[in-house]
Amino acid sequence: MTAETTQDLAAQDLATIVPALPRGVRLRFDEARQQWFLLGPERVFEPDETAIEILQRIDGTRSVEAIAEDLATRFEADRDEIAADVMAFLRGLANQRMIDL
Amino acid sequence: MSEVDTLVRAGPARPEPPPPMGLLAELTHRCSLRCPYCSNPLELDRRSSELTTAEWKRLIDEAAALGVLHIYFSGGEPMLRRDIAELVAHAHEAGLYTNMITSGVGFQPALLDAVAEAGLDHIQLSIQAVDAATCDRVAGYQGALARKHAVAADIARLGLRLTVNAVVHRENVHQIGDFVRLAEDWGAARIEIAHVQYYGWGLVNRDRLMPTRRQVETAMADVEAARSRTAGRLVIDCVLPDYYARYPKACMGGWGARLMNVTPSGRVLPCHAAETIAGLSFDNVRDASLSEIWYRGVAFNAFRGTDWMKEPCRSCERKHLDFGGCRCQAMALAGDASATDPACSLSPLHQQVVALAEADAASDRSDFIYRTYQGV
Repeated sequence: MTAETTQDLAAQDLATIVPALPRGVRLRFDEARQQWFLLGPERVFEPDETAIEILQRIDGTRSVEAIAEDLATRFEADRDEIAADVMAFLRGLANQRMIDL
Repeated sequence: MSEVDTLVRAGPARPEPPPPMGLLAELTHRCSLRCPYCSNPLELDRRSSELTTAEWKRLIDEAAALGVLHIYFSGGEPMLRRDIAELVAHAHEAGLYTNMITSGVGFQPALLDAVAEAGLDHIQLSIQAVDAATCDRVAGYQGALARKHAVAADIARLGLRLTVNAVVHRENVHQIGDFVRLAEDWGAARIEIAHVQYYGWGLVNRDRLMPTRRQVETAMADVEAARSRTAGRLVIDCVLPDYYARYPKACMGGWGARLMNVTPSGRVLPCHAAETIAGLSFDNVRDASLSEIWYRGVAFNAFRGTDWMKEPCRSCERKHLDFGGCRCQAMALAGDASATDPACSLSPLHQQVVALAEADAASDRSDFIYRTYQGV
């Protein structure tokens, strides 16, 4: 497989991968501590600012590509770089069953 | 005496602890099962002393305001409370992440639909063994395993996030691989494999439950093998048996640091076994607010931080990692709740504890002392 086809496949994947928070995982803002938490079974994650921006765009309809494009526009950053970061972040959460991909 | 003197005598102000992360709500001590390692105390709260629906709702509101993120409805069997769906709905509306810790036994299937409808986030279903003979014998209840299979099917139908809770000891510790496969069959996203902790009922039955060192080592290898096999599909959390360990567990993430436990009749404890500590008194939600109890309560401040520690904990570099282990285990094994947990290899009592474990593991007793309202 050539480098070019690998890249094409990756691009296609990002358009078809639609992340969703499964039942039993919730993103919420805690008034007492004035911060965001991602909550799951026996898990409490404290997302950093970047993670919060990603998590807030996950609605079960938007693809990883769409989320990355939105973030790239908002933060005037490189789209491919953002997409790679978003995907790595989501894979880490998916491994812990905190997100469905 | 000058003001300065007074300030010096009072010592530096203790930093305010952060808000609690979780609250274990033991709604009732009633349960159909009679597991010989039950985490409830030997002296069980009666139904007549249980908090009312209104009292639990007020408590839930106070917990949410205090900053609690997770509420665990537990017991006994929490599904035996007639108001369980109402309490789940109330906690859900207050913004709490709602967990149900159930045996699956003693309630109608329709009640599961009701709690799911009420907004339950996560359900933990216990299982005592993968074969009916052992499961039913350990639970002290005929037909327990069959009932759990049916409940698991209902949980899958409802799409609830499921954790399987497997408590292991020498009669089922060889079944770890089977527990994991069963959890996969049931569609669980997580399994908790918890070795029996020896407090209360577990302590009474220690010579019937304690595994050998070899069994514990095999069990740890089995867990690692299962983790590799199911990576990305199943989260496997493991609570280790600490009698054979080198260092103690970081019990409760530190005393009064993360969790609160409310008994059926409203006593608020830093952990579910805290009442085994002689001389410690506990506030009741009928007399004080949850906030006052968390920040100012005598019991919650008794072993908070590290000031209470003696040697070898006081000068130990691990004191912020494991907080000297478990206060209740120090009480049970050293007779002093502020001693180093004898599960720690740095405790002067550690070799005696290892010898106790080895002697209990070598026992051939299997006549469980079942949990009962009559006590032992």
